[in-house]
Amino acid sequence: MKQWEIVIGIETHAQLSTQSKIFSGSSTAFGAEPNVQANAVDIALPGVLPVLNKSVVECAIRFGLAVNGEVAEKSVFARKNYFYPDLPKGYQISQYEHPVVVGGKMTIQMGQGDSLTEKTINLTRAHLEEDAGKSLHEDFHGKTGIDLNRAGTPLLEIVSEPDMRSSAEAVAYAKALHALVRWIGICDGNMQEGSFRCDANVSVRPFGQKEFGTRREIKNLNSFRFMQQAIDFEVQWQIATIEDGGRIEQATVLFDPDSGETRAMRSKEDAHDYRYFPDPDLLPLIIDRQWVERIRAGMPELPAAKRERFVRDYALSAYDATALTASLEIADYYEAALAVAGNASAKPCANWVSVELAARLNKDGKDISAAPVAAAQLGGLVARIADSTISNNIARKVFEGLWNGEGSTADEIIEKQGLKQITDSGAIEALIDGVLAANASMVAEFRAGKEKAFNALVGQAMKATKGKANPQQVNDLLRKKLG
Amino acid sequence: MISRSVSALVQALAEREISSVELTQLYLDRIARHNLALNAFVTVDPEKSLAQAKRADERRAAGQATPLTGIPLAQKDIFCTQGWLTTCGSKMLGNFVSPYDATVIEHFNATGAVILGKTNMDEFAMGSSNETSHFGAVKNPWDTARVPGGSSGGSAAAVAALLAPAATGTDTGGSIRQPASMCNLTGLKPTYGVVSRYGMIAYASSLDQGGPIARSAEDCALLLNTMAGFDERDSTSLERSREDYSRELSARTPEKPLAGLKIGLPGEFFGEGCAPEVMQLVAEAIVEYRKLGAETVDISLPNMKLSVPAYYVIAPAEASSNLSRFDGVRYGYRAPEYDDLDDMYARSRAQGFGAEVKRRILIGTYVLSHGYYDAYYLQAQRIRRLIANDFIAAFKQCDVIMGPTSPSTAFRIGEKASDPVQMYLSDIYTIAVNLAGLPGLSLPCGFASGLPAGLQLIGDYFSEARLLNVAHRYQQVTDWHQQYPAGFD
Repeated sequence: MKQWEIVIGIETHAQLSTQSKIFSGSSTAFGAEPNVQANAVDIALPGVLPVLNKSVVECAIRFGLAVNGEVAEKSVFARKNYFYPDLPKGYQISQYEHPVVVGGKMTIQMGQGDSLTEKTINLTRAHLEEDAGKSLHEDFHGKTGIDLNRAGTPLLEIVSEPDMRSSAEAVAYAKALHALVRWIGICDGNMQEGSFRCDANVSVRPFGQKEFGTRREIKNLNSFRFMQQAIDFEVQWQIATIEDGGRIEQATVLFDPDSGETRAMRSKEDAHDYRYFPDPDLLPLIIDRQWVERIRAGMPELPAAKRERFVRDYALSAYDATALTASLEIADYYEAALAVAGNASAKPCANWVSVELAARLNKDGKDISAAPVAAAQLGGLVARIADSTISNNIARKVFEGLWNGEGSTADEIIEKQGLKQITDSGAIEALIDGVLAANASMVAEFRAGKEKAFNALVGQAMKATKGKANPQQVNDLLRKKLG
Repeated sequence: MISRSVSALVQALAEREISSVELTQLYLDRIARHNLALNAFVTVDPEKSLAQAKRADERRAAGQATPLTGIPLAQKDIFCTQGWLTTCGSKMLGNFVSPYDATVIEHFNATGAVILGKTNMDEFAMGSSNETSHFGAVKNPWDTARVPGGSSGGSAAAVAALLAPAATGTDTGGSIRQPASMCNLTGLKPTYGVVSRYGMIAYASSLDQGGPIARSAEDCALLLNTMAGFDERDSTSLERSREDYSRELSARTPEKPLAGLKIGLPGEFFGEGCAPEVMQLVAEAIVEYRKLGAETVDISLPNMKLSVPAYYVIAPAEASSNLSRFDGVRYGYRAPEYDDLDDMYARSRAQGFGAEVKRRILIGTYVLSHGYYDAYYLQAQRIRRLIANDFIAAFKQCDVIMGPTSPSTAFRIGEKASDPVQMYLSDIYTIAVNLAGLPGLSLPCGFASGLPAGLQLIGDYFSEARLLNVAHRYQQVTDWHQQYPAGFD
């Protein structure tokens, strides 16, 4: 049996978070009553004309700079002609031959811990275009409703090279891109609302073959899980088809999350002839170099640079640094917490942010931007672990207290609830004597060589102090006494 | 009163010789009397017009009048006009009441001008005879068996028959100049980008330009002063400081007012294809210009012959896309019966568009199709550049180019309707000007067998004021433009 190589390229539509639409002054806010955010231009009344929104161009420039692509000095808007009821002009204004961003690179991380590897995914281009409206097929008694609120919403279509070799790489790329567009503030990344949606071009070929296989395009993947499922299904289907002696026909397919299958929507034969031509209503987009440099100067530190700095300055592992730079919010949170905890606590602070806090946020379905425990509060907590005021276990209790608003600082909760660690060796010694006296059988077991019994005795000692004794001290003293 | 120029009417209103309400009523009465014979207007709404006139009179009484306050004007039905039917000569928009004003209309409303009505036109401005209008052909007041030219034929017929003092038009390949020529009027197509296209229903976006049709260059200047200006809603509008297009007209008239003016005469305008009697009148006009002090120089526009084929690739290509919005979904005509979505599109567009519009949509769709785009559209764009370069070279030798506006005087209704190529050739002298984006003007230069002929002036970019002055000086020593057709008392 042949070994098959999987080849995947991704096209992503990122909705740009501008106040108004790409060619009109209408609001882009999501969720309004149908057609209230559609003005004369959006509904394509006779005689209206498009005017390019400058902040849309700024978003494209930010993206071009973030991926190290070339921000084209001159790009051209073109008309993509086709009829559909939610496309009011009968054409979509897009960029075709001359996109605003050419080339660029994304870095993805695969694997965990020490086996973490990096891979570069090349970008073909990114271009600006307008979104269409929505067709509503329910509640209209057999008719179709049209909502043009979304018509004219600005999109950046980001096209990757066919550089991915597994569904996991495809998802890693999509996640990295998702994080990046949010990081640089050009897209809110809300996949449920369709602000970030991907199409995957999938093909397979025998390992060693130079030419690509025939690809099928899976449209409108609006979650990472669906992307993985859809690609996995599609790959298996393509391999099975070829191995059964069939041929892959170029086609556009849809993924059905209920069945977990992809099915063809249209074949190449019904492909539209979009009759692209430069839009005579819009002048070529000329981007002044000085404008690009001004935007470059205002760019935030990008994920890759931040990741490297975290490894270098805080001695974090690449894995930790990657987790902490998953989003700008997480990175900012971490650095704010660390500023309070002190750089010596870089590693425990990293654990608290990317493990404890993340788990707690996940449990409540909250985003880090809405975390009830502020970065400075968490930093204060980590500082108390570092100076042995509390143990890691007690810290979890304090953290829960902060989460529930039982106090405004870790110190306040430790004080109020008497959680301060007992470090007075005299007190701990007296306590251990009591434990030994009360658990003579365990002592006997230990002496008989059962190491487990030692742990049980530590447990008893900790229990007697409600966990407040310094575990290391308890350990040391017990060893000494039993020694 | 009705034969007075716009500038004379401005004075009459200023001196309270007549009120705007009275003046408007005067024209409305004439429209009521003569429109049936001419079919120049597709919509009149006396109530609206008189209300505007009343407001203009009040504004004048309050001392806040501007020159055009209270002047009634006819508006080509291509300009979206709030609260008015705006049909663009098509069944497709036969029921379309615009919810907004085109920038040009906004400008006229701001000066307090009065909308007399909306004028008939070739459907979506596609035509050179005004026969393609869904609302029927417009008749030429000089001979009602003949066409007035197109596509701004309704505006031209209305002004020629004194149903309006002046009107707006639009010119994509000659649609202001050619009807002006055939109706003994002065019409100006400004430099592309001088007049905002916002609200002017698009035919071919890179060629369309609005402009005035009036009875003299002086009146055209007055109208252009209101029509022109940068508009941020039109990305192709040019950001320039406002200018007074009348500024050169009021200069003292010395004996040789055009001394030093170099008139370029392109060999391509004076060869075959032009009716000899038209050529004769143009030649006589040029003699008149020499008397005014101008010199003539022979020039060449070698790529002129390619302008009609290039135009009939570019304009239909843009039109095929521009007219896609007329799909029966949101406004306009929808077929009463259909099976499904595709059928609704097909039937609505089949029933809503006329034959010439369909022809151009088909041509445009074809030339933009995969595999043909390079051979047609890109090639046409290259030719367009060559034509523009011809003019740029020519204007190094001369100040203004002159020649006939149209190769013939008004032809008979129906004469060319079944032969599109003959019809397209009727714009042979005007189309190159649109392809190059230059300003062009047509002015009356005499009559052949009782039918008016036009002299075309072509200037360099932004030379509207000079073109108007060159036309004005001729009109000060001739009276062709003061001839009116009989039968419209």
